[in-house]
Amino acid sequence: MRSADDTVGGRQAPTVSPARRKWRPYILSIPATVILIGILYPFVQGVGYTFLNYRATEGDVHFIGLGNYLQVFTDPLFWGSVRITLTFAIVATALETVLGVIIALLLNRSSLIGKIFEKVLILPLMIAPVIAGVIWKLMFNPQFGILNHIFNLGSTFDFLSEGRALWSIIMVDAWIYTPFVAILVLAGVRSLPKEPFEASAVDGAGWFYMFRRLMLPMMWPYILVAVIFRFMDCLKVFDIVYVLTQGGPGHATSTLQVNAYINSIINFNYSGGATYMFILWIIVYLTAQQLVKLLGRAQARAAGSEA
Amino acid sequence: MARKEMMPGQKRFTAPAILGDVAILAWFVFSLFPIVWMVMLALKTPAEQTTTYFRFSPTLENFVTVLTARGTALTSVDFKAALVSSTINCLGAVVVSLVVGIPAAYAAGRWKFRGSDSLMFNLLSFRFAPELMVIVPLFVIYNGLGLFDTTFGMIWVLQLVTMPLVVWILRSYFEDLPEDLEQAALLDGYSRKRAFTMVALPLVRPGIAASALLAFIFAWNNYMFPLILTNSGSVTVAITKFLGGGGQAYYNLTAAAGVVGALPPLILALTIQRYLVQGLSFGAVKG
Repeated sequence: MRSADDTVGGRQAPTVSPARRKWRPYILSIPATVILIGILYPFVQGVGYTFLNYRATEGDVHFIGLGNYLQVFTDPLFWGSVRITLTFAIVATALETVLGVIIALLLNRSSLIGKIFEKVLILPLMIAPVIAGVIWKLMFNPQFGILNHIFNLGSTFDFLSEGRALWSIIMVDAWIYTPFVAILVLAGVRSLPKEPFEASAVDGAGWFYMFRRLMLPMMWPYILVAVIFRFMDCLKVFDIVYVLTQGGPGHATSTLQVNAYINSIINFNYSGGATYMFILWIIVYLTAQQLVKLLGRAQARAAGSEA
Repeated sequence: MARKEMMPGQKRFTAPAILGDVAILAWFVFSLFPIVWMVMLALKTPAEQTTTYFRFSPTLENFVTVLTARGTALTSVDFKAALVSSTINCLGAVVVSLVVGIPAAYAAGRWKFRGSDSLMFNLLSFRFAPELMVIVPLFVIYNGLGLFDTTFGMIWVLQLVTMPLVVWILRSYFEDLPEDLEQAALLDGYSRKRAFTMVALPLVRPGIAASALLAFIFAWNNYMFPLILTNSGSVTVAITKFLGGGGQAYYNLTAAAGVVGALPPLILALTIQRYLVQGLSFGAVKG
């Protein structure tokens, strides 16, 4: 497939030398590679920051080895941040996956309601997360917010209090991103082959048995793609947290990326922020590797169950 | 569509079917209420902005105020300027991504060459890398080079959002394109360049449109880059400023700005709904 140039090469366009043909993909990729390097360079520089004592207020910037890492790893604030980030990512991803799968299955029934709602399903997903955060911030307001009014909670109930803020943010995240899981899974469900289901229906299998034994294994790769995207994005959540609480009250919602922002941009501690980010990057990278491995296995198994 | 046989409660008027409809209805009330509320708030008069009533006298006053920044305390937020610079930055970023990304996507989709996988993987890793890892050093570099709060600076950094999207989506389109079509053109004596522009390119036009619009949406919705690398150069940053840091908040103006800022992505998203799944999953799931 990919080496068509070689097979046709003898017969076509003798003016194109083999060398030029060989280099063509590289030449075509040069501009993209240049941009790539332009982005990789700051990344590498950021990694370099983690070994310096680089602050805007520091006159003498020099190499301090693993000093930043030692400081971060002994800082209870960092571990609190890790705990908050993981809680957020795991709970939000799980919630969105379960709700998204349910919504996809319900919309797949091709009822009239499903057909109408499918069109508007993606609206929250396409609005900027910041705007979503702003809307919910207005609705959460204890004095003037609509939610306290509708649910008759009085003006002392605060959705963004220290104990509730993280859960409220998870709800906002689910509001935005459940449709993402739903449309991916829905596309997956619709692409499944029909025959196995008809065959087992003839054999008299109930829907739950079919769901458990046929549908779920075949849908699994699609669900996993959604989970990978959601979990990775949740680990680096920033926009909605920053708009809704700026990491507060106290440190109740200070996820790793919010913390790094406050560290490096607000407090000008570039090295401190970069250290947080590099650790987060390692977490994201390792998690991605495991999830992608899982996806490969699931795809192989689903292909097997289809055969 | 074809699946209705084995779904729970597939018959129209059974108890599970009704339960399913109630559940889906509940989700859509939850899903649409905040949007409806934002639109209502945007239409309320300043005097009504802190009320929670559903009945009010609608006015377009807030939109006028937001777009002309007339209010005395509001002159600090130039929403119109933010709209203009968001539009320029995002359009510029998408154009650069297309010009640079289409050849790379074609190369990666057509030929297996050494380094193609690592190029693609690195591009994808930008999609998942914590943005601050790049933005903090960029903040320092931009301040040094005088690129802070410039169009060039924003277009450059937005490549982080738009490039991976364009290249990954278009690669999957080029891969799906039967190579026979180009081969036929080559045998007819077309050069590879003409076979590409006359045969391959027109056939992936839907993919180009979808990836360009999606890239625009994500660039438009981006918050962190303009927050750190500009003063107020984006719609997303400007909207949060209406919430006000100095005591007084303008709920109705915030909502009006939110409606204006949300409209372009929503309109674009509805026009490419057919390609959305493939785009959102970077080609991993075909819609």
